Amino acid sequence: MIVRADTVAATGEHSGRSLEAKLRAAQRRRKLKAVALVAPLFLFIIVVFVFPILSILYHSVDDPKLPLILPRTAEVVAQWDGGALPDEAAYEALVNDLRDAYEAKTAAVIGMRLNYEISGFRSMVMRTARRAKRIEEPPYQASLIGLDERWGEIEYWRAIKASSGPFTTRNLLAAVDLERRWDGSVGRAPPERTIYITYLTRTFWISLWVLVYCIAIGYPMAYLIATTTSQRLSRILLVLVLIPFWTSLLVRTAAWVVLLRSEGIINDFLVNVGMISEPLSLIFNRIGVYIAMVHILLPFLVLPLYAVMRNIPDSHMRAAGSLGARPVSAFLSVYLPQTLPGLAAGSLLVLILALGFYITPALVGGASDQMLGYLIAEFATRSGNWGMSSAVGVLLLLGVAVLYPVYRALLGRGAIRLV
Amino acid sequence: MTVQANATRSQRVWYMTLRGICALGFVFLLAPIVVIIPISFNEGSFLNYPLSGLSWRWYEAVLEPFPWMFALKNSLIVAVATTVIATTLGTLAAYGLSRADFPAKAIVFGILISPLAVPVVITALGIYFFFARVGLVHTHIGLILAHVALAVPFVVITVSATLQGFDWNLVRAAESLGASPLGTFRQITLPLILPGVLTGAIFAFVTSLDEIVVALFIAGPAQFTLPRQLFAGLRDLLEPSIVAIATILIVVSITLLAVVELLQSRRERIQGQARP
Repeated sequence: MIVRADTVAATGEHSGRSLEAKLRAAQRRRKLKAVALVAPLFLFIIVVFVFPILSILYHSVDDPKLPLILPRTAEVVAQWDGGALPDEAAYEALVNDLRDAYEAKTAAVIGMRLNYEISGFRSMVMRTARRAKRIEEPPYQASLIGLDERWGEIEYWRAIKASSGPFTTRNLLAAVDLERRWDGSVGRAPPERTIYITYLTRTFWISLWVLVYCIAIGYPMAYLIATTTSQRLSRILLVLVLIPFWTSLLVRTAAWVVLLRSEGIINDFLVNVGMISEPLSLIFNRIGVYIAMVHILLPFLVLPLYAVMRNIPDSHMRAAGSLGARPVSAFLSVYLPQTLPGLAAGSLLVLILALGFYITPALVGGASDQMLGYLIAEFATRSGNWGMSSAVGVLLLLGVAVLYPVYRALLGRGAIRLV
Repeated sequence: MTVQANATRSQRVWYMTLRGICALGFVFLLAPIVVIIPISFNEGSFLNYPLSGLSWRWYEAVLEPFPWMFALKNSLIVAVATTVIATTLGTLAAYGLSRADFPAKAIVFGILISPLAVPVVITALGIYFFFARVGLVHTHIGLILAHVALAVPFVVITVSATLQGFDWNLVRAAESLGASPLGTFRQITLPLILPGVLTGAIFAFVTSLDEIVVALFIAGPAQFTLPRQLFAGLRDLLEPSIVAIATILIVVSITLLAVVELLQSRRERIQGQARP
């Protein structure tokens, strides 16, 4: 319904107000209707996507186990300053807590949590818990140390204090190779745990090199598709880029495995024509990762570039040439600047997607080619360490997040185009 | 890209180099897809050339109830359900958002398509935590809900794009002639935006059919989909039935690509008519 302002003004004052009210009511109804149409999906995305992503942030600092399973011990170590071995009260609390935990069958859970702090702690907790009910009277300290002399070592008590929750920064710090010492200072983690920065830099390096290869191959390809004089040929070439784009990632990875194996098609061919005598290692190493990742991500660079290049008139280059510019300088000063928006869009898309890769490196890479995504999956599904998988997830999310403002600044809204 | 008659020698060299890189690029993109198709018809069990004879035996292996038909059934159940839910919710939302006076339009649109902006492994992790808590891990419903979240942005984007060229006067005309809102949507709006809706539906279907990361996190053995089974096959034992199933999937992808291209040209035609 359209009501013009002048018709409202032309009618009498009394009916004018009622018309205005009617208009407002109608507009409110329309707005409500629009909101009602969007609401189901909006709520769905909030519940199934936004909430789970926020829960990752929560799980990266959540550390509820020790206060739940060993409540008395948690209380005592909270008062303890960590300077010297705790007193008899702490040992008594621990004996009672471990006895209860053994009966409630939760000793393994807390053992696993403490094992994140010092390896070997899990079996120590399990053994002590099994025997805790035999210790019925003081001196608890002497009896516990009698069971396992490591209970007399201060590091194990500091580990308990560090795990006493309910929140912790250990996972987030560990994800950047740091740890919090017992006195509250933050320092570098011991060498056996400083793997995360390695994974982070590797993830960035692999993504960056994949981008470089994509630009080296993709820029000329987009240029060819955009500047081919035959409409028909241009369309065909575009479809040739779209076919791999639409083919399942697993199918393409399977194809590369068949091609690149040491007894695969490429090696067989090269040996048969006599170019090599021994098969080359093309897979389960960095080469395989680059080949498969560039293959998957190349269309994401070519398509936005093509969309921009298509709209650059070829008269520009001709004009530059006729004004005396040599081809190279004409390209650098006339053509390239006009393609930068497309190049930026494609590059950031490739970079953002590459950073999150997990499946492809897992299938065609070796042990030293795995990226952050692999760590996240390993921690979550294999070792059940939700805290560490979340912390690495936060790290990856931050890595991607820093690229987004750049992406939006360069492209504004509507940057995502599908075909 | 044409080489001019008066081109210098170095220009010709540049031109040939460029053509060479392009040719290599296209070979690189297409070779793996083209090369594995004949191998799926190999009589022997070596994944290599020369073929020792032609046979359908690996396709017969694919038709065995386990594992491939089982995985195919799971994939189809999940993909079809995902497509129906994502297309319905996505189309309604895009339609509501296209009204000029929608409050906080840009922010709401951004939230609806946000699953595209986050690496899938992170989405999978969050959904795994959430579903583990509410008992949806190792269920078909859980997998479907997760796939809807990943697929629905494509529907929102394609339908919104179609609605951009939409002439709202047609809706006003229908309403002023006495059509009900539902009748107007079914008889006027939907036929006009149908190419966009179908394109979105195909994107949703392909997203679900290809999805592997969420499946790795939350699918149990009873929910093994085709990609999940392919992943297991590539990890453990590379056998020719993998190449046969890959070939089938390539044919499906190319068919769907052709349909989307057709819909695309139809959409452009409709929008061309709407804005003369």
